Amino acid sequence: MKGMTVIVKKTTQLIAGIIFLYGIYIILHGHLTPGGGFAGGVIVAGSFILLILAYGSDFLNLVKEERGSTMYENLAILVFLFLGLTGMIAGAGIFFANWLPHGTPGELVSAGFLPLYNIFVGIEVAASILTIFLALVIFKEEVLK
Amino acid sequence: MTVYWLCFILFLVGLYGVITRRNLIKIAISLSVMEFSCFLFLALIGYTEGGVAPIVDTADPVKTYVDPLPQAMVLTAIVIGLATTAMLMAVIIRIYRKYGTFDIREIKNLRG
Amino acid sequence: MELAISVIVIFMILGAIYAIHASDILSAVIAGGIVGYSLVICFLLLKAPDLAIVQIVVETITLIIMVAVVLDSSRKEAYGKFDTQAWVTAATAVVILAILFWFLKEASAPLAPFGENTMRMADAYVNGAVDKTGSVNLVTGVLFDFRGYDTLGEATVLVTAVLGVLTILRIRGKK
Repeated sequence: MKGMTVIVKKTTQLIAGIIFLYGIYIILHGHLTPGGGFAGGVIVAGSFILLILAYGSDFLNLVKEERGSTMYENLAILVFLFLGLTGMIAGAGIFFANWLPHGTPGELVSAGFLPLYNIFVGIEVAASILTIFLALVIFKEEVLK
Repeated sequence: MTVYWLCFILFLVGLYGVITRRNLIKIAISLSVMEFSCFLFLALIGYTEGGVAPIVDTADPVKTYVDPLPQAMVLTAIVIGLATTAMLMAVIIRIYRKYGTFDIREIKNLRG
Repeated sequence: MELAISVIVIFMILGAIYAIHASDILSAVIAGGIVGYSLVICFLLLKAPDLAIVQIVVETITLIIMVAVVLDSSRKEAYGKFDTQAWVTAATAVVILAILFWFLKEASAPLAPFGENTMRMADAYVNGAVDKTGSVNLVTGVLFDFRGYDTLGEATVLVTAVLGVLTILRIRGKK
């Protein structure tokens, strides 16, 4: 996959990091402000997609990246499931029980399990969408070869 | 009630596209139009006149909020919609590589 | 509020009709984008900022994927001509859709008018939710605490869709 012109590359270089940080911010503040794991995950994936579209990449790198994103996706949903299962053991036998202390509402570290769920759902969504995009690119190049 | 009926009309426009078009990509677009009308309908049902967005200000609690339940349901549905659209696109591009056409009538004739 | 949303929904209907009848697939995809981005404004007017954020990024990614697929294959809409079979299909479709619209209109009669949501279901999710979940954002509270099982199912659907895409597109097996 070929990259774009030097203007696009330079602009992307300046912007992509900020978009990534914004996605992280949206994920971490999911229980305080609008947003959360779903929105933040898609924004994080968008920053990676922007980089790949602007810079282009050779085939082997993309294959390696796809392997990594598939692994992250599956690990994230497993951790999400296990966090739900800890409620069965510690939280009086209720699936998805929020048994950590809640803290003061409105602070960053509060609401027990919700920020953790947000983080893992964010990783899961970001890795899924990146995998879909990479699959569309990789297997097109495989046909061209 | 008018806005509900307009929402139904949007759904029916999408359904019309699915029934009458022969191009696979246009069928995919029509399906996503139907999806959008469903999201809009759920969000419309949850709206309360004079309500505020469902984020609590602990210092100054307001009494009326917009219904958070349909919003949570639509939030998951939007992301699922993205995944299903991507899968639909994967199927479509695979069909195009095999048959060289998007026309569903032609694909039906070619099978065999 | 109802008037503003009605105007936007009329724009969405026009965009959808154009997307269905455009003679160029790329412009059809972009006209589909009109529908998605108008939905963002509707969500903002309906006091749903969470949905607006998700919808605007999801619509952008969907457009990228669709444009990539269209540029990868053919752009021309070669099958839009109306022959006899197409006329019969269109006429049948219009009759069926008219009947369906009547059904939907009848079925929506018992709904409360726009803006008078009674919150029968969500009362338990709103009153005292901050004490129960500790989350200030009520939507996140519903999503991960009251209805965590739903979210797990959603994540499973996402994983299944990704596996489906990989299975469909892969040509050679993994070494």
